[in-house]
Amino acid sequence: MQLTGAQALIKSLEQQGVDTVFGLPGGAILPVYDPLLDSSIRHILVRHEQGAGHMAEGYSLATGRPGVAMVTSGPGSTNIVTPIANAHMDSTPLVVVTGQVATSSIGLDAFQECDITGITMGVTKHNFLVRTAHDIPRAVAAAFHLATTGRPGPVLIDLPKDVAQSTMEWWYPAGPEEYDLPGYHPLVDLDEADVERAVALIAAAERPVLYVGGGTLKSRATAELRAFAERTRIPVVTTLMARGAFPHSHELHLGMPGMHGVYAAVTAMQRSDLLIALGARFDDRVTGRTAAFAPGARVIHVDIDRAELGKIRQADVAIQGDVGAVLRAWEAAGATPPRLDTWWSEIRSWQTTYPLTYDDEPTEGPLRPQHVIESLAANAPEGTIVASGVGQHQMWTAQFWPFEEPNSWVNSGGAGTMGFGVPAAIGAKVGRPDRTVWCIDGDGCFQMTAQELVTARSEGIPVKIAILNNSYLGMVRQWQEMFYDERYSEVYLSADLPDYVKLAEAMGCVGLRATTPKEMSDVIDEANAINDVPVVIDFRVDATEKVFPMVPAGASNDDILVHPSQRKETR
Amino acid sequence: MNTPEPFAGEVVHSPVRHHILSVLVENKSGVLARIAGLFARRGFNIYSLAVAPSERHARFSRITIVVDAESAPLEQVMGQLDKLVNVVDIWDIAPRDAVERELLLATIATDVSNRTSLLDILGRAGASIIDVDPGAVTVMLAGTPASCDEFERALEDYSSVELHRTGRLAVPRLGQELTNPERGSR
Repeated sequence: MQLTGAQALIKSLEQQGVDTVFGLPGGAILPVYDPLLDSSIRHILVRHEQGAGHMAEGYSLATGRPGVAMVTSGPGSTNIVTPIANAHMDSTPLVVVTGQVATSSIGLDAFQECDITGITMGVTKHNFLVRTAHDIPRAVAAAFHLATTGRPGPVLIDLPKDVAQSTMEWWYPAGPEEYDLPGYHPLVDLDEADVERAVALIAAAERPVLYVGGGTLKSRATAELRAFAERTRIPVVTTLMARGAFPHSHELHLGMPGMHGVYAAVTAMQRSDLLIALGARFDDRVTGRTAAFAPGARVIHVDIDRAELGKIRQADVAIQGDVGAVLRAWEAAGATPPRLDTWWSEIRSWQTTYPLTYDDEPTEGPLRPQHVIESLAANAPEGTIVASGVGQHQMWTAQFWPFEEPNSWVNSGGAGTMGFGVPAAIGAKVGRPDRTVWCIDGDGCFQMTAQELVTARSEGIPVKIAILNNSYLGMVRQWQEMFYDERYSEVYLSADLPDYVKLAEAMGCVGLRATTPKEMSDVIDEANAINDVPVVIDFRVDATEKVFPMVPAGASNDDILVHPSQRKETR
Repeated sequence: MNTPEPFAGEVVHSPVRHHILSVLVENKSGVLARIAGLFARRGFNIYSLAVAPSERHARFSRITIVVDAESAPLEQVMGQLDKLVNVVDIWDIAPRDAVERELLLATIATDVSNRTSLLDILGRAGASIIDVDPGAVTVMLAGTPASCDEFERALEDYSSVELHRTGRLAVPRLGQELTNPERGSR
């Protein structure tokens, strides 16, 4: 069967089971958009290529399947670099197809030419410049293989226009041995000796903590984690990337560790004698000053990526492997610590003394952002997926939303990409149309990518957006208040400009606003009753509210600042 | 850290604590850029780098990289290198277990007054003359990095010297076991 390269690309995506592509056409990718008309694949036409990338990420984070985006050459390709870099930091599997100028024009500064494989070398797991139509099926199959195996990540395929237009005899590689990847070996055999050494450390631990990272979700090891934790009764902390990997409400769950972590989670790690890191990478936002992090702890570090082992903290037992496979091996070996009653009673006292908290709000408003999040959560149906942007609203959501199941939290962790929320929520809703999807956003983040609500409305994707509008770049404001003598530099945005209700309406969405607690519960009910179009709520929240607890940047986790109402003279 | 910056123009051919990585890569366009880019963005210092098609197959090239083992733990360098999809195999060769050689070419302005002393230096170093004209000679030395260093110092007395070095190649001493991240040893 003779196909054009463009047809071969679409057919290859179908072969991979792709149901949705997020994208925006342009000159160099034009040939590929023609056979798309005849394909079963749904294409979501975005308003900016960055939106396509974040939607693909949201789709992937909500479904566990790779997200796919397609854009044109030059500026189309550079606009999607931010989502690619974001996916690289958070190990999110993406396949991004970019158009490229014709092979005969490459290197000649042709119109909309850009060396996108060069630009994305450092922020992709791998990328390909496809030079013949015959190679397209192999590039697509290899891209999905690379994106989804080992440590997942984004893979880019750069497709020159003449390659898309030339013809090939259709074929499809039967398996990885035909992908031409002689240097890629994602399967690792567990070292039995490492497993035994880990079991011995666990058996000797008196103050162990399971430090659960995003890799546990990528490994789909949440059932194994729960079984292991419940049998051993080892306390569990879930990082920002791992919210939902262990049920929030579980009695063994201490919450999120790190810069804005729960006091008990942060302190349990600091006082621990054994940290069991599962798919976590000792990020600076978790460790605080690394030299002062968990000083008395031995470390068992499990990661599929060998380069993470010993990168930040030397492990006593470093295991390169899949988290699920390691947990199964430990279960088989019956790894059990001694009685942890003393450890738990210490932890319970921290939980009782320093729970997450915030002050009541005045009846006339403004609202407490934490109260808004708790109210949204209390009224959300089971299985609701939550996306966020980056900043204070993200931290409050991570703290106060009770994530009970995997793939229910869609956020930008490592890269901290403002503007991630709206498009990621749209992508999540496309992937999980059966679920309610809330995006809890900040007013600063919302303004970066809000135009994708036009996409949501026109494509029939009814997401719900809660803007915690404090009229500031809130996290920067918090730092300027606390660490720059309240010298506020370029952080004020205005609560009324734009008018978020009118902006929502202009984009075909329902726009609502709440300033008082009474209005808040009314608009939440109203939003929950709307299931056919996107809803945007402008929640007017207190601009002076800060995220606590907080470990100041560069400080030891021992110097955690709790909420002002919990500070005692003796502290 | 007191390690010299490799790209600042400072001549340091024999770093105090270096390691030699012999890296088998796919012979595809952009692979060298991927490796150089990785070293740059991770802050690993390269002292020298030599690339050529490998003995095995036209599909592969061998890159010999001399890395500053003080700029980053060797384990980290190898772990990150190994993640590059085009990197097929990595062998870490400790200098004490390696036979290292380097090629040096130098063009030296000569006249009647200094020709004899130059010939003397060439003779002692074991260098040979590969090109001559009335005002200059081009010489070559294939030897250990240390012998190249010594020869380079000996040439400092000559007024006009244009000098090129390839960076070192290395193979393990016969009978040595090598560390390979994937398979332990070869």
